[in-house]
Amino acid sequence: MPLSVSIVPGSNVSIYRQIVERVCAAVFAGEIAEDEPLPSVRVLAEQLLINPNTVGRAYGELVREGILESRPGRGMFISGRRRQIYSGAERARRMEQAVTSLLAEALMLGFSLRETVELVSRKARELKPPGKSPGKSGKTATEKGLAR
Amino acid sequence: MSSETRTILTPEAAERRDFVIETRELTRYFGARKAVAGVTMRVPRGSVFAFLGRNGSGKTTIIRMVLGLLEPTRGSSSLLGYDSRRLPPEARARVGYMSESHSMYSWMTVQEMGEYQSHFYPHWNPRVFEGVVGHFRLNMRTKAGHLSRGERAGLSLAITLAPEPELLILDDPALGLDPVARHSLLESMIYVTRAADRTIFFSSHLLEDVERVADYIAILDRSVLRACCPVETFRSNIQQFVLRYSPPAAPPAQLPPLPGLLHTRRSMGQLRLTIAGVGQTTRQALQKLDADSIEEVPVSFNDAMIGYLGERGEQSFFLEDADAAQKGKGAL
Repeated sequence: MPLSVSIVPGSNVSIYRQIVERVCAAVFAGEIAEDEPLPSVRVLAEQLLINPNTVGRAYGELVREGILESRPGRGMFISGRRRQIYSGAERARRMEQAVTSLLAEALMLGFSLRETVELVSRKARELKPPGKSPGKSGKTATEKGLAR
Repeated sequence: MSSETRTILTPEAAERRDFVIETRELTRYFGARKAVAGVTMRVPRGSVFAFLGRNGSGKTTIIRMVLGLLEPTRGSSSLLGYDSRRLPPEARARVGYMSESHSMYSWMTVQEMGEYQSHFYPHWNPRVFEGVVGHFRLNMRTKAGHLSRGERAGLSLAITLAPEPELLILDDPALGLDPVARHSLLESMIYVTRAADRTIFFSSHLLEDVERVADYIAILDRSVLRACCPVETFRSNIQQFVLRYSPPAAPPAQLPPLPGLLHTRRSMGQLRLTIAGVGQTTRQALQKLDADSIEEVPVSFNDAMIGYLGERGEQSFFLEDADAAQKGKGAL
């Protein structure tokens, strides 16, 4: 299934950052098969109605971070050797933010801590482990990347 | 790229990158009123450059001076490397200009307008003309006089794009367009970027559209240039801080001078500060405000602009390209 990306202009997050985050999330949730090219810069720019340079820079960052790799003549693919993209403090900060907003939402909806933890574990079991998408044997370094 | 476009640049500038528009201390008075005050800016080739500022800030006046349609009172400008006051016809032919007014012959049909205009340009590309007309869903047989404002803008854009100019200057192209026509305008602009060396210089008030297509911005504020830099530089230099105070503590009634402060918003037990170019000094000054918590929050492009152009009226910050700033010309 082709990757679907949508962006919201006017947000607190720049369009460039939105693309980077969306692709990261898709890669780590196993939405993109290893042998499936991402939409080209031109195609994604025309789809999202944004400057192609913005898409190009976002892809560029994802390549530098080891999330994507460019295969000459074939396009952009998820990298076989994915590394952790955020380091140290930034990684911790993002996790903190995600957990805080999850807990705030759960509390507001009246879920107990125990129910929340239970739901998180169930969801984690449901999620397809990345790299094991159909049509490709999962003999990759993905697990290593995730285990960090 | 021809060699003569480089002659006006300093060797370093030419080496780094070339600029399709350059202004130097460009100034224009209308009677006693200063419409443009000492504007120095450069538009890099291949950029989609948004020219922002409130109505009456001097954008159209600058565009007209750059095109050689209006004499500056002081200072100078160049277009494709030529002095704006002495543009040779071959340089004009490489520039497409769409003014705010979209004047055209009302008795001609869309198709006739295209044919008529094509005679003036050696490189007229009928496919581009039809493509843009198609984006705007215009009927070739409709008379120009019967087109809506948005449709007229579409026809005007088709006429401007069909000669495939290397530099497009669009003065508020989205003015009065409905959402569908705005969408078509963005499609057409992105279409133009297919050729990497094309430059689009446009003015607009629609910040969401600017955020979509622009990679550079310049901000004009009451005739003074306040920023000229990549969009990302602008965004990353404007930050917002929320300072919280729990009663009985309250935000100070009078703020001490904070370097870079653009905008202050007060609400119950809370102070929201928009600040440009936050450095060590600013952070230390923030700490001294004795808040219970200080949180740095992300800023949207819109908020950054409003903060930047806010009513404080100091005009004291200038954001520019990092490489230019390194040469010691920047305030940051």
